[in-house]
Amino acid sequence: MLKITGVSRRFGDVTALSDVSLEIRQGEFFALLGPSGCGKTTLLRILAGFESPDEGTVTLDGDDLLGQAAHRRPVNLMFQSYALFPHMTVAKNVAYGLERERLGRAEVRGRVDEVLQKVGLETMAGRRPHQLSGGQRQRVALARAIVKRPRLLLLDEPLSALDKKVRAEMQLELKRLQNEVGITFVVVTHDQEEAMSLADRIAVFNAGGVEQVDAPVELYEHPRTPFVAGFVGANNIFEGRACSAGLAGEELGILPGDSGLPDGTPALLAVRPERIRLDGEDKGVLGGEVVDVSFYGGISHVSVQVSGRRQPVLVATQGATQVQTGSKVALGWAEGDGVLIPQ
Amino acid sequence: MTRSTGSGASVRSRARRSRALGRLVFLGPGLTYLIVLLLIPLALLISFTVFRRGRFGGIVYELTAENFTRLFDPLYLGVVIGSLRLAAIATLIALLVGYPTAYLIAQLPQKWKTIALVAIVLPFWTNFLVRIYAWIILLSGPGLVNSTLMDLGLIDKPLELLYNQGTIVTGLVYSYLPLMVLPLYAAIEKLDPQLREASANLGAGPVRTFASVTLPLTLPGVLTGCLFVFVPSFGNFIIPELLGGGRSIMVGNLIRDQFLKSRDWPFGSTLALALIAVLIVLLLAQAWSARRA
Repeated sequence: MLKITGVSRRFGDVTALSDVSLEIRQGEFFALLGPSGCGKTTLLRILAGFESPDEGTVTLDGDDLLGQAAHRRPVNLMFQSYALFPHMTVAKNVAYGLERERLGRAEVRGRVDEVLQKVGLETMAGRRPHQLSGGQRQRVALARAIVKRPRLLLLDEPLSALDKKVRAEMQLELKRLQNEVGITFVVVTHDQEEAMSLADRIAVFNAGGVEQVDAPVELYEHPRTPFVAGFVGANNIFEGRACSAGLAGEELGILPGDSGLPDGTPALLAVRPERIRLDGEDKGVLGGEVVDVSFYGGISHVSVQVSGRRQPVLVATQGATQVQTGSKVALGWAEGDGVLIPQ
Repeated sequence: MTRSTGSGASVRSRARRSRALGRLVFLGPGLTYLIVLLLIPLALLISFTVFRRGRFGGIVYELTAENFTRLFDPLYLGVVIGSLRLAAIATLIALLVGYPTAYLIAQLPQKWKTIALVAIVLPFWTNFLVRIYAWIILLSGPGLVNSTLMDLGLIDKPLELLYNQGTIVTGLVYSYLPLMVLPLYAAIEKLDPQLREASANLGAGPVRTFASVTLPLTLPGVLTGCLFVFVPSFGNFIIPELLGGGRSIMVGNLIRDQFLKSRDWPFGSTLALALIAVLIVLLLAQAWSARRA
């Protein structure tokens, strides 16, 4: 549906995007995830028409998008700051885009009422933006963007301005709305939990390029680049060379992993904290001493200092743990839980 | 118990007294200035309006309403309306020139913004009279404009560029344009550029975006700028005197003439009061609409 091919953009010496290609499907909830300054917002601004790429093409359902002026594109953007018009009421803000389409007054009213109801703000229609809470403003911004029934809806850090509790609510609501209206959503975020919980597929950006495009579970279970392994979720990363049993570390010996790489390839082994077992004293592949135990309610984090490795190994266990600081433990994991990434 | 409340009260009252003293120290100079140089002269001026003129200037303390009836004499009313017209035209031109200027300055990179703003206020560093005389030199019969046009062969004899209403408006716009640009710049600079992007994103072209978003949100700046240009233009007498050929075209000249030539202080005061009244009405209108915006 949306096809981005070879898009690059430089600002002076800074390369914001280099040769980015993505294909986004009809009706998909797609996330662009990355640290700030990775180019994801630049890509969003290119799609909205506020920025032009130096190279590359973008087509929407086969039509060239870059040739169209920003105000003619069938693409709507929900701004990070919401950018609501302060001098207009909620209803006027939402009606603004429809009035540009020269629709009849009755139809504009009908559609505004309908969308305000959909986001639960029908009683707020007469208020000005400054009279609303953050969550309500966010919903007005969303209503204003979806009321035009765009083919593509772009969301720039849609939930970042909200506090944690409202954010969780709005995440559910966004997802419900996307199902209801069936519009293709492209959301930009630096918050991986947000991307994971919302998106059907995620493109991880780093330094202007796409590292990996995958469904959330796949991305978490099988990171394909060192950056993704380090950026998405917590990971214990070991350096070494690939071998048939996994990874041969220089000081740690053979670590189990699911190796598909030719023997001897320089590689990283990533193991999720929740996949590591604390086996007691003698079983397991690594031995170490517990240096810290933190209880988070549902889970506990245990940091284990392993000789031959500078950073402690992080282990996550369900609920409270019996292990105490200073005790000796052995760490182990199943071969399938060690993910090998070529370096 | 009683003792402690008693001493607490006296501590409080002492604190209150010293706060009042502190206020007086800070407010004193400004208040004195306002009372001596503004309120007392204004009170004198208002009181003059109800007395008769003295034969050689000054006041004869006999009550009369004659000054106010004279105000509605078509001759004087015409001057007041003519001044309103010239000031309004000057304000409108200053707005039409000043808005794009302010808009462009607001889009410049930070470093250039500062330079542009300094350039806008630069004329104020030169004496006002000198700058007005410069216009006489530019526009006079053998002046720079006429001689250039003649050298280019566009005209055969010098145009009469000086001493008409157009020259007055030119002088007013030239003198007060910076006062239009600065408040407009402040208002436009404050505007979130994302609002314009949001408008475009929702399908509005540049003209629609300007009319529906940019202009309404900068309206307070527009009103302030208009007031800053209109007020000194309306009561001006130097520019019409020098560029308008010295005839009593504007109310400022008329007032000046009443005091210095006709020696009719009461009527001069009445005209001045009328001018102040018009300006107060405008200020109130501006304050009211700024609060609504």
